[in-house]
Amino acid sequence: MVNAIVQLAGPQRRGPDLEELVAKVAIGDQDAFGRLYDAVAGPVLGLVRRVLRDPAQSEEVTQEVMLEIWRTAARFRPDRGAAMAWVMTMAHRRAVDRVRSAQAATDREQRAAASARMPAYDEVVEQVESRIEREQVRRCLRGLTELQRESVTLAYYRGCTYREVAELLGVPLGTVKTRLRDGLIRLRDCLGVGE
Amino acid sequence: MTTVAELHTLTGAYATHALPEVERSAFEEHLAICPSCAREVAEFSATVARLGLAETVVPAPELKQRVLAQAATVRQLAPTVEEEDRPAAVRSRRGRMLGRLALAASVLLAVTAGGLAVQQHQDAQRARSETAAVRLQSAAVSSLLTAPDARTATTSSGGGVGTVVWSQSRDQAAFVAGSLPKLAADHVYQLWYNDAGTMRAAGLLPASSGALVLTGRIDGAVGVGVTVEPSGGSAHPSGAPVMLLPFS
Repeated sequence: MVNAIVQLAGPQRRGPDLEELVAKVAIGDQDAFGRLYDAVAGPVLGLVRRVLRDPAQSEEVTQEVMLEIWRTAARFRPDRGAAMAWVMTMAHRRAVDRVRSAQAATDREQRAAASARMPAYDEVVEQVESRIEREQVRRCLRGLTELQRESVTLAYYRGCTYREVAELLGVPLGTVKTRLRDGLIRLRDCLGVGE
Repeated sequence: MTTVAELHTLTGAYATHALPEVERSAFEEHLAICPSCAREVAEFSATVARLGLAETVVPAPELKQRVLAQAATVRQLAPTVEEEDRPAAVRSRRGRMLGRLALAASVLLAVTAGGLAVQQHQDAQRARSETAAVRLQSAAVSSLLTAPDARTATTSSGGGVGTVVWSQSRDQAAFVAGSLPKLAADHVYQLWYNDAGTMRAAGLLPASSGALVLTGRIDGAVGVGVTVEPSGGSAHPSGAPVMLLPFS
């Protein structure tokens, strides 16, 4: 049985206690869902966009993730980790699923060609909080070996399977598995996760 | 055929969703009987969540309307009931500390993005110019944060949070205040460079929340202090600092 309480540490998102909000959402509190949305939609959309690139498709996936949160809030287990990690895991999973579905590839190309629509980002809001987080993550990524960094980046930010990573980097499968693992161990320690 | 020893090394690939479907299912079976693997996966999930958080953007407001409208039509799942329940997660000391830093930063954000609530009571022109000033300061602080050697330190006092951001290469420091206790109208928060015990005036905080790039260079100072002074500020601190933040 797992007894892992893992905190994200790092600059957490503003304001509300996310675990508490998820608990309220679980009993159907729509107001709490609105507040949870405010706290997590930016990170979710940012991650999904980083993986998918296409703005319109990223919004679709973000919408799916938010609805999945609403639907499955009662199944969130705080003893398994922080709510933000739960949300981001779901977001990444969904984004990766999109990348891997063949249909998505054609959709993406068509959409990218057909539409120039970009969601309006508030330049001003993307400020100190994100900067601190971003700089810290960058610093920690720089602390990895090149192979570790490329493995983590291709798998996480591009949604590649480890076989694709191995192919892209021209290294054996086993090497990618271990570089992913020891890269994440180094990142975990650098970011102070789970202390 | 994958051996058990090999399965242990799949934690990273699993947490980054880099396993193809078949291998994922196999690994999940293994996870159920390998507590150390499960622990590692939980830590890695939290770690990569941070990589995701670093990509945060601001969604278009219409997206929220769509999501909320759609949620109202979606049935929620019941919890999976298990016999044993575990205590809610306890936030680590470091988590709390960094949480406060985030709070300070988020207060700044709120100020920057939304405009100060008190400005509702002031005339629009003044509100605009103050918001513009805060934006300008906030942009300067953000720019400082991009210095390769930018560092931050946070402390709290009386329910407020203070964060100092500094870069030795730029010889510059900034202060981000979050919800410092409100002062009487005839007092202000004043910032000081701490020149190894001697305080050098470095500017006045415009409000109990907000950001300020300190006046003057770091020039060997060992940290930053905050005192309460009469309006207009003082040449020397008139009392003990309410906050002291070392450059370390």
